[in-house]
Amino acid sequence: MKYLLKRVLTLLVTMLTVSFLTFAAFSLISGDTATAMLGTAATPERLAALRAELGLDRPLLVRYGEWLLGFFTGDLGVSTSYKQPVWDILASKFRLTLCLSLMSFILIAAVSIPLGLWSAGRRRFEGARTALNQLGMAVPPFFTGILLSWVFGVGLKWFMPGQFPDAKQDFAGAAAYLFFAAVALSIPRIAMTARMLRSTVQEELGKDYVRTAISRGNDRGQVLRRHVLKNALPPVVTFLAQTMAEIVAGSIVVEQVFVIPGLGQMLVSSISNRDYPVVQAIVVILALWVVMAGTAADLINQRIDPRLRLGGAA
Amino acid sequence: MRRRNGFLAAGLVLTCVLAALILLGFFWTPYDPNAMAAGAKFDGPSLAHWMGTDSFGRDIFSRVLKGAGATASIALATLAIGAACGCLAGALTGYFGGPADEVLMRLNDALTAFPSILLALVVISILGPGKKGNVILALGLVFIPSFARVTRTAFASLRDVNYIKSARLMGASKARILAVHLLPNTLPVLLPALTIGFNNAVLAEASMSFLGIGVTPPDASLGYMLSEAQGMLFAAPWYAGGTGLAIVLMVFSVGLLGEGLRRRDKGVL
Repeated sequence: MKYLLKRVLTLLVTMLTVSFLTFAAFSLISGDTATAMLGTAATPERLAALRAELGLDRPLLVRYGEWLLGFFTGDLGVSTSYKQPVWDILASKFRLTLCLSLMSFILIAAVSIPLGLWSAGRRRFEGARTALNQLGMAVPPFFTGILLSWVFGVGLKWFMPGQFPDAKQDFAGAAAYLFFAAVALSIPRIAMTARMLRSTVQEELGKDYVRTAISRGNDRGQVLRRHVLKNALPPVVTFLAQTMAEIVAGSIVVEQVFVIPGLGQMLVSSISNRDYPVVQAIVVILALWVVMAGTAADLINQRIDPRLRLGGAA
Repeated sequence: MRRRNGFLAAGLVLTCVLAALILLGFFWTPYDPNAMAAGAKFDGPSLAHWMGTDSFGRDIFSRVLKGAGATASIALATLAIGAACGCLAGALTGYFGGPADEVLMRLNDALTAFPSILLALVVISILGPGKKGNVILALGLVFIPSFARVTRTAFASLRDVNYIKSARLMGASKARILAVHLLPNTLPVLLPALTIGFNNAVLAEASMSFLGIGVTPPDASLGYMLSEAQGMLFAAPWYAGGTGLAIVLMVFSVGLLGEGLRRRDKGVL
């Protein structure tokens, strides 16, 4: 309980730090927002007037406090290029990116854990498997995405590349479309996670308790699943939390490949448009998501490994 | 007993061949990569055009050679910034420790929580998108923390080893201990980290250029070309294939090299 409290407190502090740093970084350039909005019509007087209108002339901490309050009440400011409240623009995109990320996460966990376990117990073709693993890590998601849309979209016509179906009218179509994107996103991370699990499992397999368990006549597979997996899992859970972060980053690129109207696509177009209120909101949302995944991993590990609950190092 | 290290050999050969091709591309390409030929639009791969031509009749193999050169040189420049600053910070904090070490490592923890591409996007949106120098600077900054962490661990683990103690007793200067005694012994860790860093830089640069906020023409890199190729996927799938394979091959060979280096020095540190 004490641990949980401490973790949540750390989480809050990290979130505040992350959001403040992002806010401060974008405030540094927010002079540009006014300049960008006015373009060639910028005169010193007009700039000053617009800055006053946007509230850019007040102290940084005051603006941060207001923005933070707004963040929790769903008021993220107004987009400079769409002239609409940021939250209205982002709400539906957020759901889409969340679906894509969760789908890839499940895919990664479901494939890489059995794959890593299977691979750890075998010695034959170790070199070939490692080479294949390196190849998996070398394929960038945007290239896989293009390959998938060529084979399954252009060739087999299972979906129409570049045309994301409306989830309300064609739910199955939208889910299938997202699935292809999730596959493209997952391949390198599956390779990395499987490799990571394999090496931690192999390390565990060399320990005394495994030899004892096997010499007492236990089934190898059962020892692997019952005893070794439990000890090898915590680092992998931490790694999967980092994977959540990489998925979030990867979704930015994959959304662009598949033309999925999610947060990532919005982020990229907002950077090109210099629409800082939107960029700032997306960055903070994604960062908070990543930080929360890390905390979740710590809490899960603490359930798996009782040693962590007593405050000792595992 | 030394076992044969197939990874190191394969990685070295592949990397050298690719490096030679890229160097060649700086001086000579089969065709002018930007020359348009009206008669040769959308030609499939043939003996004259190894990877076919695109919608303007430009030779794709020549473009890939040039693009790979751009990608590799940006990745190397990024690596130089990230590795130089990161290793220096890591070596100093790892060897001397103290409050500076604590502060830097906490900062490092906070930064590594961010996915690298997101961080690079933030930096690039602050510096201004679309310029080669900004891309290198943004990616270089983003890669500093990971190098600092690896180097710090390596230097800290050797800080109190006997041969370092004896060097200290003999009155060797701190700079000499760091550069002559510690650095060569941390190479087994640093070299694989460099190969991983190079690969991450290639992939990050390619993703950013693919998104259109990295390098833009005339310095087209592989990532930008791939986004161009996606638009011609129906008419010229070989454009996307050739460009994508070039990225995969580059990352794969350097990855093999890293794996080989790691195996060679397993158990040294």
